[in-house]
Amino acid sequence: MPFALLKYGLSSKYPARRHFPKATDLKPAYDVVIVGAGGHGLAAAYYLVKDWGITNIAVLDKGYLAGGNTARNTAIIRSNYLTPEGVRFYDESVRLYQGLSEEFDYNILYSVRGHFTLAHTDAAMRTSRWRAEVNKHLGVDSELIYPDEIARLCPALNMSDDVRYPIMGALYHPPGAIARHDAVAWGYARYAGDRGVEIHTNTEVTGFVIENGRVTGVETNRGRIACGKVLQAVAGSSSRVSALAGFKLPIRTIPLQACVSVPLKPFLDQIIVSGSLHVYVSQSDRGELVMGGSTDPYSLYSTRSTLDFKEGLLGHMLELLPFLGDVKLVRQWAGMADMTPDFSPVMGKTPVENYFIDSGWGTWGFKATPVCGKRMAETVATGNLPALLQPFRLERFYEFEQVGEKGAASVGH
Amino acid sequence: MKIMNCPLNGPRNISEFVWGGEVKAMPSGTEVSPRDWADYVFIENNIAGVVREWWCHVPTSFWFIAERNTVTDEIIRTYPASEVFNRRVEFAAPAKGETK
Repeated sequence: MPFALLKYGLSSKYPARRHFPKATDLKPAYDVVIVGAGGHGLAAAYYLVKDWGITNIAVLDKGYLAGGNTARNTAIIRSNYLTPEGVRFYDESVRLYQGLSEEFDYNILYSVRGHFTLAHTDAAMRTSRWRAEVNKHLGVDSELIYPDEIARLCPALNMSDDVRYPIMGALYHPPGAIARHDAVAWGYARYAGDRGVEIHTNTEVTGFVIENGRVTGVETNRGRIACGKVLQAVAGSSSRVSALAGFKLPIRTIPLQACVSVPLKPFLDQIIVSGSLHVYVSQSDRGELVMGGSTDPYSLYSTRSTLDFKEGLLGHMLELLPFLGDVKLVRQWAGMADMTPDFSPVMGKTPVENYFIDSGWGTWGFKATPVCGKRMAETVATGNLPALLQPFRLERFYEFEQVGEKGAASVGH
Repeated sequence: MKIMNCPLNGPRNISEFVWGGEVKAMPSGTEVSPRDWADYVFIENNIAGVVREWWCHVPTSFWFIAERNTVTDEIIRTYPASEVFNRRVEFAAPAKGETK
């Protein structure tokens, strides 16, 4: 019996709790400046406070709180990747996500649904089997299943052979989940803000002060601040900000679009992805079908939406769920994805001393929010890149040690 | 639909084309360090502004160059690659004893 709730409800006063600290002027100096107040930047601030006791932090964002890709993703959380490096990394993230609402006392509406990556070709079946075996070897729950079991677990799916690409099997990942993406950012921000971290929105970084190869200050549209260390976490603007610091990245900025339908009665419990059909769908707790597909066919610094995207996506979606033919879309949007050559992130040290980077998150960033925050906080606090992040260092492109996750990261192929 | 003006085929639906990325200057000479080569292959300028890019008209396999604004998505100009690439590049290493 929730007595506390009852007492609260019967009380004559309803104390409102401010989520985030009031906006203040910038101080002259901070120990750590985080550029980008999205999920990753705010998570890094949280873990810097919680794990390392560092609170003299400013998180800057040129826009509103977590208004970039954190606000625009389709909120899928999973660890069924292809490479051992990738699987270990995303598995730590899923484990952190599972306890997150409790840990920072903010409901992120974490909903375990089961994730199905449908295979429509022999090659896809082979890759699914490969991923299942790598996952199992590393303790991640994934299994290759066949049409009979898919039909049993996903009764809404069209399993008929009378389509262009019949379903041959699927990589089934039971821990696959969705969460409220905004709540993840707000939960991290609230905890950090309560403990002294300053969050400055509408504060754009216009340059860096670099002396003898080390960053010592940050120029913003509200003045200059001195800093001990900088963490860049600005998906969509990674190349632009790194250019201000004098180095380039192996990143191309390409829009990723998504859309939602009108709310429908719950009929789809699962998260369905099809690499061959370039579509994925889940049903939110409001009943909306949240749908996405591949990235746009060329680079663009814009979040505009297109008719081409809808046509391509929905044509294939109707192959999987034909009864949606008369359902209307209610909203369409896009984010700007940092696409890397190997579909893995770029994290860790940069050519500038005390300047750390968390970028290259392409279409795979939301699920990694907790592990990024935790491990980038560790990197910033200790100055050393932990073993878990070593595979994702910027240097890997010069050492020809890429972490190829194209098959597992997205449907853009 | 968005129209791309192919120098060979005229204005076509952009869905007939594949984007080939930024036109980058290839490191010259026969002794290019692995680091310089990795820079050329992987590292991008990725600027927000007018860029010169490779595009391929897939039905005719015709590669050409387009100048496009990567913020407004306006395609400013398209032209055949021969406008920029008009000198032969020697890849063969010089014979022993000779210098390039």
